Amino acid sequence: MNGPARTTDTTPPLDRETIGAFGPHLAYAKDGRLDTGIEPDKYVKTHCCFCGQQCGMQLKVKDNVVIGVEPWYEFPFNKGMMCPKGIKRYLQQAHPDRLLHAYAKDAGATGGFRAMAYDAAIRQTAEAIDRIQSTHGNDAFAVLSGASLTTEKTYVMGKFAHMCLRTAHIDYNGRLCMVSAAAGNKKAFGIDRAANPWEDILGAGVILVSGANIAECAPITTNYVWQAREQGAKVIVVDPRITPIARTCDLFLPVKPGRDTALFNGILHLMIEHDWIDHAFLEQHTVGFEAVAASVREWTPQRTAEVTGIAVKSIQQAAEWWGTAETSFLCHARGLEHHSNGVKNVMSAINIVLASGRIGRPNCGYATITGQGNGQGGREHGQKCDQLPGGRDLANPEHREYVAGVWGMDPAALPQPGVDAYEIIRKIDTGEIKGLLSLCFNPVVSLPDSHFVRQALEKLDFYVVIDFFLSESARYAHIVLPGSLHEEDEGTVTQTEGRVVRINKAVECPGEARPDWQIIQDIAKALGREQGLTFESPREMFEELRVASKGGIADYSGISYERIEEHYGVFWPCPSDVPDGVPLPGPQGTVRLFEPGSWNPVARGAGPFYFPDGKARLNVTPYVGPAEDVDEEFPIILTTGRVVSQFLSGNQTRRIGPLVDHCPEPRIEMHPRLAARLGIADGDWATAESRRGHCTLRASVVTTIRPDTVFIPYHWPGRKSANQLTIAAQDPISKIPEYKVCAVRVRKADAPPEYAAALEPQQ
Amino acid sequence: MPVPDALEFFIDPGRCIGCQACIQACTECDTHKGQSMIQLDYVDRAHSTQTVPVVCLHCDSPTCAEVCPADAIKRTEDGIVQTARKPRCIACNNCVLACPFGVPKMQTKMNLMMKCDMCYDRTSVGLKPWCASACPSQALAFGTREEMARLRPHAKPVNTFQFGRQTIRTKVNIMVPRDAPTDIVDVTASMHEPTIGREILDDVFMERPDGGDA
Ligand code: SF4
Ligand code: SF4
Ligand code: SF4
Repeated sequence: MNGPARTTDTTPPLDRETIGAFGPHLAYAKDGRLDTGIEPDKYVKTHCCFCGQQCGMQLKVKDNVVIGVEPWYEFPFNKGMMCPKGIKRYLQQAHPDRLLHAYAKDAGATGGFRAMAYDAAIRQTAEAIDRIQSTHGNDAFAVLSGASLTTEKTYVMGKFAHMCLRTAHIDYNGRLCMVSAAAGNKKAFGIDRAANPWEDILGAGVILVSGANIAECAPITTNYVWQAREQGAKVIVVDPRITPIARTCDLFLPVKPGRDTALFNGILHLMIEHDWIDHAFLEQHTVGFEAVAASVREWTPQRTAEVTGIAVKSIQQAAEWWGTAETSFLCHARGLEHHSNGVKNVMSAINIVLASGRIGRPNCGYATITGQGNGQGGREHGQKCDQLPGGRDLANPEHREYVAGVWGMDPAALPQPGVDAYEIIRKIDTGEIKGLLSLCFNPVVSLPDSHFVRQALEKLDFYVVIDFFLSESARYAHIVLPGSLHEEDEGTVTQTEGRVVRINKAVECPGEARPDWQIIQDIAKALGREQGLTFESPREMFEELRVASKGGIADYSGISYERIEEHYGVFWPCPSDVPDGVPLPGPQGTVRLFEPGSWNPVARGAGPFYFPDGKARLNVTPYVGPAEDVDEEFPIILTTGRVVSQFLSGNQTRRIGPLVDHCPEPRIEMHPRLAARLGIADGDWATAESRRGHCTLRASVVTTIRPDTVFIPYHWPGRKSANQLTIAAQDPISKIPEYKVCAVRVRKADAPPEYAAALEPQQ
Repeated sequence: MPVPDALEFFIDPGRCIGCQACIQACTECDTHKGQSMIQLDYVDRAHSTQTVPVVCLHCDSPTCAEVCPADAIKRTEDGIVQTARKPRCIACNNCVLACPFGVPKMQTKMNLMMKCDMCYDRTSVGLKPWCASACPSQALAFGTREEMARLRPHAKPVNTFQFGRQTIRTKVNIMVPRDAPTDIVDVTASMHEPTIGREILDDVFMERPDGGDA
């Protein structure tokens, strides 16, 4: 992977004119939103749009404006708690930057885009799709979708691509988020969902948090962890930074980025050596232990320490606590998963869970913490490149036949699996893909090696973006269609625990904007291929999704809007029918997976795991280092992540004034020892350079990070974007990009960057 | 309606994750919309992510009210020290300077002192204050003493503070380790768990993986 640095100029444009016309500008509460004692027209119970926890909340609505939020104390997951994003999410609605019309690219217009009639924009879009597909084949038009959409919309997106466009190439931005966990879970358990409800954290004796900045990325989980600790739990945190959750943990393992598999192999080695193993469980419920045991023999504490950069005694302590625990919960997030070895990392963590036998019981749990609003539901129902609804496989003939039957089409007409999101960009670069529709995806900010992404998007014959704000990616579009905000539509979302919750509509779309699914159906109609895309409401889509998912692993057939409302959410799998003698899940669905004696459609009673023999798999996980390691030329590790006040590419949160004020701009975080060597003081401008690009930011000099690593949060665009530097190396199975490790060099900047005087912090 | 006696406010700085949900929530409070009355600071960001949230502690004999020449600050029967009354406040800043916890804020634009009134509009109807509703770590918590004792068995609430010769009793409690002495002068000293201090912290990263000395 290591090669020469790029010589061409990789500096993104400042785009000042477009920013002037379309933002991001900051919204603050004013007028009706500041009036006190105002009586809202209604309180709408719904959930937050800004992370996979899906906090329950109530939106206060007056005259079609969301004027604020109110805690929803009864919702059991968060009981009224919210992070700053949830509290201020209402400021995204009735925002001055909101797109009220369709737009066409027009160099002569202010900001580069000219407002146009919605119908004409739909017509032009359909004509372009038709032209590209009839000239270059169906696969020459690709679709990128997102995991912050309701499950109903993700279902429609999959159906639109596979049935209407008949293109193989649809993928989604969960590719940057959840896929390593998904693939690892499928390989180990045969199912991809958090194994336990969060309640099980409360009773766990040892909590191991690996690569999850819980306090900033899943803030509500903090109270679960703290509460467990009040009751005596020991908390172990694995992270290259002392994040707020690590600050008071019982054991901190400062892993060198990219070395997680080595750590878990080393822990398993010690568990085996001390016989901290549940032999009966392994015997009865798993396969693969012998091979894994043999493979970790070489992972002595000494070797593990050398590779991971963690002290021997800390590794021993972790193994002892984990090995001898009565109850435990292991959770991980992108820190473990955003690697070219992401799936292996996940499987190595699962190995220590399975070896302990502590799963499928109260207070014994395992979960990945989802990131995006619908990180869970968004990856289940057919907008992944190889997937059909219900977690079914596009490559499986039986699955194709079942779904094609529900959709009323010939299974042979369904496309074969396509390629992942980044590969779609590569195919755009090579000219194989000529047209693109994106919804809920901001690739220019969120994909690695963004210089390459920008160059590729410029090559598209036709790019149509559906969005509520003109995202940085939409600036590359030929047509922009005004879509819907979370509060302008209804549906369901599946939150981090696997609980399906209801999103309720609070306000109507403004101007010519409309619900995303209507836009998609309008395009289908203009193409003359509206068959199967004539839904009149999200409820109707959900009813079809129930049928389409029935019998699959992600079975939603027993879930209804009413049942969700009645029970504060329903956990899938929730089949409507099971064979005689098998009990149906309780009113809340399947709350905990893998309980002894539980039935599932794959094992059919053979065991609790989702394989024909009902047994879980331990997978051999040989350690392989990151794709781009440090060397003399680029001697420092760059790792990236989030801050609590921003969400993903920031298209929404960089427009919300109070959130931007909290953390206006990204800083490059480094240890004082590294800073001293580089002659950089806190607050100085520092330039980080990788083989792919460079980025100048102010330095934040803190002892809470490994001295061999620098950290940059990734929510900002253009010249502030961490993804100018990151590498597009991907996991061979999950295709997740390696956001968490690449090699950089850092120096004190010669001068403040041009953007500092030209742009506001959020731009 | 008065704030129910059984419901009390507890601050547990050891739990705080610095997320600022409390600050954002405070600006949603109907009694001072748009303004946060909460003080949240890093203790020493160069060396730790520890932050300390401070709301008004609602002193039994509020110094802020005692030094007010215009008698603008009232303590209601239920022990809540209210924000300055607009017609009376002369914006003299005495309270701002006198409060030992640095709570009152002068709104220069409005010529009015504003302070935390424990979301009187909410607490007086039995709801939790906004900050304690939202706080994801429950470093700010609102409930009964019994509930707190059950949920946090290793901590105890303290509401008597010694500042030199001045003893201050407050309505709001600060959670301290159960075996800690009761004279707590400043909230950071009351942290339930010590922060990972500079030394230890440097150690964590500087330890040689093989266990030898760096
Ligand atoms: S962003 Fe997540 S933690 Fe914050 S309020 Fe929304 S759902 Fe809750
Ligand atoms: S909301 Fe709670 S955790 Fe967040 S900063 Fe305030 S006190 Fe700390
Ligand atoms: S803490 Fe300060 S503002 Fe609050 S009552 Fe006491 S003296 Fe007054």
